[in-house]
Amino acid sequence: MKKRMLSAIVAAGLAISGMAEAAEYKIDKAGAHAFINFKIKHLGYSWLTGRFNDFDGKFTYDKSNPNASKINVVINTASIDSNHAERDKHLRGKDFLNVKKFPKATFESTKYEQLNDNEGKLTGILELHGVKRTITFPVEKIGEGKDPWGGYRAGFSGETSIKLKDFGIDYNLGPASTHVTLELHIEGIKL
Amino acid sequence: MLKNTEKSFGVVAILIHWVMAISIFFMFGLGLYMVELTYYDPWYRGSLDLHKSIGMLLIAFLVIRLIWRQINVKPNDLPGSKLEQTAARIGHFVLYALMLLIMVSGYLISTADGRPIAVFELVNVPALPWSFDNQEDIVGEIHFWLAWALMVSVAGHIGAALKHQFINKDGGLVRMLKVNKEN
Repeated sequence: MKKRMLSAIVAAGLAISGMAEAAEYKIDKAGAHAFINFKIKHLGYSWLTGRFNDFDGKFTYDKSNPNASKINVVINTASIDSNHAERDKHLRGKDFLNVKKFPKATFESTKYEQLNDNEGKLTGILELHGVKRTITFPVEKIGEGKDPWGGYRAGFSGETSIKLKDFGIDYNLGPASTHVTLELHIEGIKL
Repeated sequence: MLKNTEKSFGVVAILIHWVMAISIFFMFGLGLYMVELTYYDPWYRGSLDLHKSIGMLLIAFLVIRLIWRQINVKPNDLPGSKLEQTAARIGHFVLYALMLLIMVSGYLISTADGRPIAVFELVNVPALPWSFDNQEDIVGEIHFWLAWALMVSVAGHIGAALKHQFINKDGGLVRMLKVNKEN
């Protein structure tokens, strides 16, 4: 009797952990199928784009229960790359990211709301420059399925615009450059 | 006149000493000033271009200066104890080493992404074919602190020159200002 109960508990435990595992994805950092890009207006005359080269994270997603989706991402702020060493040095310094004091930026989701098959609204806490703020932005599922090498992948894109001043970055880049657009293109491999 | 003698520095040595001294003081001030300029300041870009251009010229001056020093007679040491003369030699070595390291580190900041340095928009000094991770940040920090170290060393250098001139009264300052013609 006892033995049977124990095996039932173990089986239930396995089932639950199996379910959780089934929906967990690791961002494909190793294969670089994930990108965190940014763009900001230069003087109001053009877009300046760049990216963070080093970040990592995980997400959970299950087609049958999309609203339970979660994601967290940790960005190495010093990995900012705008294709110009002098500018990157400035961006890493105290006027902007202050990467010595704030080496990490994080995003941790708190809510996902599915709107239709491929679109949803993601809410979470973005910590940047030591300031935590809740942001909400639209997310699009690009696709999911088996990859040719025996794995299972799912990918999403999202874009949001943040006001630099909201995160304590108040270096004056001019009236057209108060906001920066963050673009996330994330592909995860199912664990 | 142009060359050094055992008793006196020549015109070339004196001129290059002062051109570099004035330029380096200017560069120190410009360096501290330019990084504080706001994005919309008309000097935001020009100040950096000027700093880089003068820096590249200073490397050329330093190389010429070191060669000139090698192929010329070195004027006799000023009178002083063995210890003072050794200290003077070490001090001068430190000044040269700091100047070289500051100039090279400055070059490595701006060329970290492979871009050349434009010297007064006339000549491009190319970047090295290799670089290391976060080069502009690491070398930037070094550039900043070595510049301060140079200013401290220069203060010692000026102090020593003034001591020679006004306490020892051996003409330590004047010999870097005019050529002694009695040979």
